[in-house]
Amino acid sequence: MPIEVNGKSLEVDEEGYLANINDWEPGVADVMSKEDDLTLTDEHWDIINYLREYYEEYQIAPAVRVLTKAVGKKFGKDKGNSKYLYGLFPYGPAKQACRYAGLPKPTGCV
Amino acid sequence: MAETKQFFYLNRKAPYGTIYAWESLEVVLIGAAFDQDVSLAFVEDGVYQLTKNQDTTGIGMKNFSPTYAALGDYDIKKVYVEQESLTERGLTLDDLQHLTWEDEDEDWAEKDSITVVSRAEMAALMDAADVVFSF
Amino acid sequence: MPTLHTVNKSPFEKTALAACLAHATAGSAVLLFEDGIYGALRGSAVADTVAAALQSVKVFALEPDVRARGFAPDRLIEGIEIVADYAGFVDLATEYSKVQAWL
Repeated sequence: MPIEVNGKSLEVDEEGYLANINDWEPGVADVMSKEDDLTLTDEHWDIINYLREYYEEYQIAPAVRVLTKAVGKKFGKDKGNSKYLYGLFPYGPAKQACRYAGLPKPTGCV
Repeated sequence: MAETKQFFYLNRKAPYGTIYAWESLEVVLIGAAFDQDVSLAFVEDGVYQLTKNQDTTGIGMKNFSPTYAALGDYDIKKVYVEQESLTERGLTLDDLQHLTWEDEDEDWAEKDSITVVSRAEMAALMDAADVVFSF
Repeated sequence: MPTLHTVNKSPFEKTALAACLAHATAGSAVLLFEDGIYGALRGSAVADTVAAALQSVKVFALEPDVRARGFAPDRLIEGIEIVADYAGFVDLATEYSKVQAWL
């Protein structure tokens, strides 16, 4: 089932990840989060944007452990823990945030 | 808590002609979730995986060479490249990416990941490993 | 009529390049592509063999495969000609009476 974003119909896989990473625009995260009954704050966007930058540079979505460490370094030690990230993304920071960011499902994500 | 094992990933294939290089990289990244002592070794055509300036736009394949630079984030700090394999191919360390890892205990100081070793040293590293994964 | 030989395997992993060069007669051509381009690079252990072959055969390398592997045309052995893309590969093939692939 494709998702509707700003009048465009975008392909997603059976788990809801964008089929084509180049289809992404901020509206994708808005639409996906609405379906999850989640309101995106600046803190959510920090993570989503960081994931996109990470993918752009390394061509992979980071593992949760890597994301946690990087968030602590970039946004402050108090945020570099899984409690903070799960608080933002209750379905799992790697899975849910990567989906909102238009990235493929993280390699080895459990 | 299980005891830490020394995992040794042996890479012997060039990057795009076969799928081995990418498969190895994926296994390494997945395996990094289990706190083990990981070493990556590049011998023979495997050294070609690490060349810098790879540009795959003309061959329609994903360029996965940037992913090697993420290894440091995954706490993979030991990357061994065999000198004889470089020489045989007319390559030097300058032809390879500069891979680093950040030492959290030293205010994120960048440290080199790659060590060039002789064939004899490589053989000794293989012998010392608990498990060797061959690609 | 001359033959266009193609080699797509690394000379350090398979003997295709050595066998090809040993059988390519004067006036024929050899196109190196995919992992075959590693045989076209300067300074390697097979570079002298390739340079010697250039005395009697033409040697080409496919540029997209050279660049994919991190090298620019200036790293090729002197005398090797560059083929810009796969369309150029096809054009080259039509210039020879047949194509012989060394797998």
